Amino acid sequence: MRSFVPIAIVVAALAVVPLLVHSNVVLNFLVVALMIALAGQGWNILGGYGGQYSFGHAIFFGTGAYVTAILQVKFGVNAWLAFGTGIAAGAVVGVVVGWLAFRAGLRGSYFALVTLAFAEVLRILASVTPITGAGVGTLLKLDLRFAALQFESRAVFYWLILALVAVALIVTYAVERSRFGAWLTAVRENEDAARALGVDAVAVKLGAMVISGAITAAAGCFYSQYFLFVDSHIAYGAWISVEALLTPIIGGAGTIFGPLVGALVVKALGEGALLVTGQAPGLDLVVFGIVLIAVVGLAPRGLVGLRAQLAARWRRARAGEASRG
Amino acid sequence: MAEALLTVEGVSRRFGGLLAVGAVSLIAAEGRITALIGPNGAGKTTMFALISGFLKPSDGSVRFGGDNVTGEPAHRLARRGIARTFQIVQPFAGLTVRENIRVGAHLRHAGRAAALAAAEAVAREVGLAGLLDAPADSLTVAGRKRLELAKALATEPKLLLLDEVLAGLNPSEIRDIIPVIRGLRDRGITILMIEHVMQAVMSLAEHVYVLAEGRIIATGTPAEVACDPVVIEAYLGHGAAKRLARAP
Repeated sequence: MRSFVPIAIVVAALAVVPLLVHSNVVLNFLVVALMIALAGQGWNILGGYGGQYSFGHAIFFGTGAYVTAILQVKFGVNAWLAFGTGIAAGAVVGVVVGWLAFRAGLRGSYFALVTLAFAEVLRILASVTPITGAGVGTLLKLDLRFAALQFESRAVFYWLILALVAVALIVTYAVERSRFGAWLTAVRENEDAARALGVDAVAVKLGAMVISGAITAAAGCFYSQYFLFVDSHIAYGAWISVEALLTPIIGGAGTIFGPLVGALVVKALGEGALLVTGQAPGLDLVVFGIVLIAVVGLAPRGLVGLRAQLAARWRRARAGEASRG
Repeated sequence: MAEALLTVEGVSRRFGGLLAVGAVSLIAAEGRITALIGPNGAGKTTMFALISGFLKPSDGSVRFGGDNVTGEPAHRLARRGIARTFQIVQPFAGLTVRENIRVGAHLRHAGRAAALAAAEAVAREVGLAGLLDAPADSLTVAGRKRLELAKALATEPKLLLLDEVLAGLNPSEIRDIIPVIRGLRDRGITILMIEHVMQAVMSLAEHVYVLAEGRIIATGTPAEVACDPVVIEAYLGHGAAKRLARAP
């Protein structure tokens, strides 16, 4: 991807959907898929570009969701301000978790386990602390006003989450081209070699944590505004950690469009499975599992990478034919 | 004697009960090529790790260009102008040659275009210009050694630590790369090299240190060191120097 043009085309194409489709079911499906894509875009910065596989991105999603909800319900803060604070809180939590994990030199599966542990600890804390509503959760008041960041029309919510996804796409593109991005992929490929070339690996990984945390937290903030309810299982549950890492891996980790493609495909397959079988619980997770195995086995660079993979195979086949003929 | 760019004084490093290097002192003179040789397991690569900040000395000091840099982390030393290559090459395997070198170039060039241009210039200097878009993991051994050199050079170092860049190359590849190293020295880069290929040490180095069992056992010009009985014994065993001298 050499310029902003592909991003502009994809976002514009997605933006016209509510003008053509008025079904609330379809719009609701797309809103949730885009929200998962956003969470995955956060994971993609740290995991896809930085090679630091987090199993606990619920840390950020939940923090964003809770901060947005609690600030409004308990402290009467304006919804927009609460939303922004939720994103900032994700960045701050990213620094804290990153500092603890990377200063201790945790890499690979140790880093994954520590993030998983953080998410679980936060989930348990949130389920017993009064300020989060403990086991009951936090309910936001229905208040369909622009100032309260709530909208009567699904379409407006759709455009809001699409705008956030678009910002994340641009951030990813900027990272990919920048010095920071070059250092980040260098750390992913070989941390010692990167250090020898003057890369402060801890600082670079912390930077990735901050961006990653902020983006995934934005998905959590959106969740609270859209569903007007959050509890510890939603906010810090394993489901979002899993979806945040599955979508980029299936779509193509370390690519700009990977999380978006992955989220749309995975969500469509999951919904399809539920429709066909009449809402058998847990079946969408089985579908995720099958898709993941298929992608890891057949297209290790994800669906976005599959295109290049197939093109290369096609060229080889053509070359083979030409040499025979 | 030219001014010392790097001064190592009494540096030791223990791993538990094992003394890997003990009280080693050496100097890399500015604008010269200095070689560090010695039998396998002598502690040469450990010395490089200590100088380049991948290991902290248990004892002793490292001074670089007048500053005490003992125990500074690798990335900060790279910023000061110390670059190293690895004996076991460490390419960024998933990236192209251009992207590999670009990582090093970014140390002095923040912008993408400037870093890419610098990377291309370095690739030309080490003879990788034709392979800029090849994936790093598709290179031959000789290509990987050149890439290792190119990455380090892209950081625009004052001192270059070369850890066996000639190992694993065939004689014609060695002949090709020796002028490249000499060219680097000629444009002012101070070089400290670990090398087993004596042909290269004899033709390149102006000063040689011999390390054996973690200690400097001899130092001097390549010719002096090569006929030093202590050095011969370190390589060939006790009494070897005498037997060689008796041989017709």
